Amino acid sequence: MSKKTGFFIIAALSVFVFTTGFALAEKIVIKGSTTVLPIAQKCAEAYMVDNPDVKISISGGGSGNGIKAVIDSTTDIGDASRFIKGKEVKLAMEKGVYPVPFRIAYDCIIPVVHPSNNLKNITLVQLRAIYKGEIKNWKNVGGPDRKIVVISRDTSSGTYEVWNKKVMKKEKVFPGALLLASNGTIVQAVSKNKNAVGYIGIGYLDSSVKALTVNSIKGSAKTTLSGTFPISRPLFMFTTGWPKGETLNFINFILSPNGQRLVWSSGYVPLY
Amino acid sequence: MAINRQFKERWMRRFFFVIASTSIFILLLIMIFLFAEGLPIFKKVSLTDFIFGKYWYPTSEPPEFGIFPLIAASISVTVLSAVISIPLGVMTAIYLAEIAAFKVREIVKPMVELLAAIPSVVIGFFGMVIVSPFLQDMFDVATGLNLFNAALMLGFMSVPTICSISEDAVSSVPRAMKEASFALGATHFETIFKVVLPASLSGITTSIILGMSRAIGETMVVLMVAGGAAMIPLSIFDPVRPMPASIAAEMAEAPFRGDHYYALFATGVVLFCFTLMFNIIADHIAYKYKQTGDSTL
Repeated sequence: MSKKTGFFIIAALSVFVFTTGFALAEKIVIKGSTTVLPIAQKCAEAYMVDNPDVKISISGGGSGNGIKAVIDSTTDIGDASRFIKGKEVKLAMEKGVYPVPFRIAYDCIIPVVHPSNNLKNITLVQLRAIYKGEIKNWKNVGGPDRKIVVISRDTSSGTYEVWNKKVMKKEKVFPGALLLASNGTIVQAVSKNKNAVGYIGIGYLDSSVKALTVNSIKGSAKTTLSGTFPISRPLFMFTTGWPKGETLNFINFILSPNGQRLVWSSGYVPLY
Repeated sequence: MAINRQFKERWMRRFFFVIASTSIFILLLIMIFLFAEGLPIFKKVSLTDFIFGKYWYPTSEPPEFGIFPLIAASISVTVLSAVISIPLGVMTAIYLAEIAAFKVREIVKPMVELLAAIPSVVIGFFGMVIVSPFLQDMFDVATGLNLFNAALMLGFMSVPTICSISEDAVSSVPRAMKEASFALGATHFETIFKVVLPASLSGITTSIILGMSRAIGETMVVLMVAGGAAMIPLSIFDPVRPMPASIAAEMAEAPFRGDHYYALFATGVVLFCFTLMFNIIADHIAYKYKQTGDSTL
């Protein structure tokens, strides 16, 4: 082997090593809300098909953890199903981090009952009374003569926070309410119990449960965006400072018509 | 040569010491961390308000951090599961050790121990999808996700622990004692209840307490099937929210180093105290009532 060929081999190898090294460096880390997780997942898959050099790693853990990861700079993007709290902004400022919010979609939270329940509509006032434990039988709201089993979410979930604000008006859910830990388990529990009432994100709605209209308004994309459906909320992605490079491209992708189509197919309400 | 052997010996001893102390040191660090993260909540609420407070509203304004309903739930679920698992576990153990034919024992014992290998999330899922609707139809209760369902699932989870350790205790009763009993004219049944059981009582008690400590610390099952209502149960068909379920459900979204976060760690401290107490009792009984050999003429 001549010196020249040896040199070329080394050069070729180093080019290979450097480019792959460069490609691996293009990594986006996303953490946070399990509500935003399906959107992040779908968008990341599509984005990685178009940009094979980019690697996106996604994990759940909840809005609180997403924002915490942004504050600690351990992630590029933190997902949250709520806006950042004052306390968290303060903590971020102390660490010299400026979280930047991007509104990426809307979530719409729908009260659901067992399919055998003949009730179709419910008012916010009735819902509040049920969740306060004041109304205990379906016949008092125009349903069958059956006990109401109230199912709520754990008090620190983003879904509960919206429910607490929009339906409960910050009043407490009575202690006798069942608390389940995810949208999926609520669908499961309501579909198995003819007495139950629960609430879930629109993305989790399926034929095993029956959605109720609230104040005679059906929960849908249209009513969410027009602001007429009373129980809806925006979803956010927070970045550590103004995003740069691939993180910026990824956020732009989610906000693009293609990205928003994926938001819709994940079961959420797109921005436009 | 002799020096070399001594040298090796000394280094082996050090090596094992380092390995053993590493794991214990890490566990100790976890314990210190648990207390360090849990104690700050007592700047906000007093210990009595925390333990005997009746309302758990950690995220409302102002928050209320009373874990009495959670403690009551943990205790009631554990006691009820013990009521189910003790007779099942101990009787299975006696059957396997004393009554069953060798072949049956060789097949059944590994199978019971295999039950311990079922992941708790699977048991939880089973309770949620199969047992819960069944309870609703059978007992006409409002919800199948309740104390009874959780206790039933936990009971099944504790049976392998109780059965396996009890079986060891029962079969280690000296043969001479049983033979003496038979020689005095006692029947097999009398021998089991008057000789074998008292002799293996310490082992059986240890197994029961270890089983209960597994039940009180179990998270996934109670998170899935206990219902999660933070109220003091008045009937066995009321939904409850044991401590581990509360910690698991809320920790993910509790603001880091906020009051809620501290309160959840403090709940962890209380839970730790319970399991520690169980283990100390088990250790004490195992030591105090140890069968220290038999005497023959």
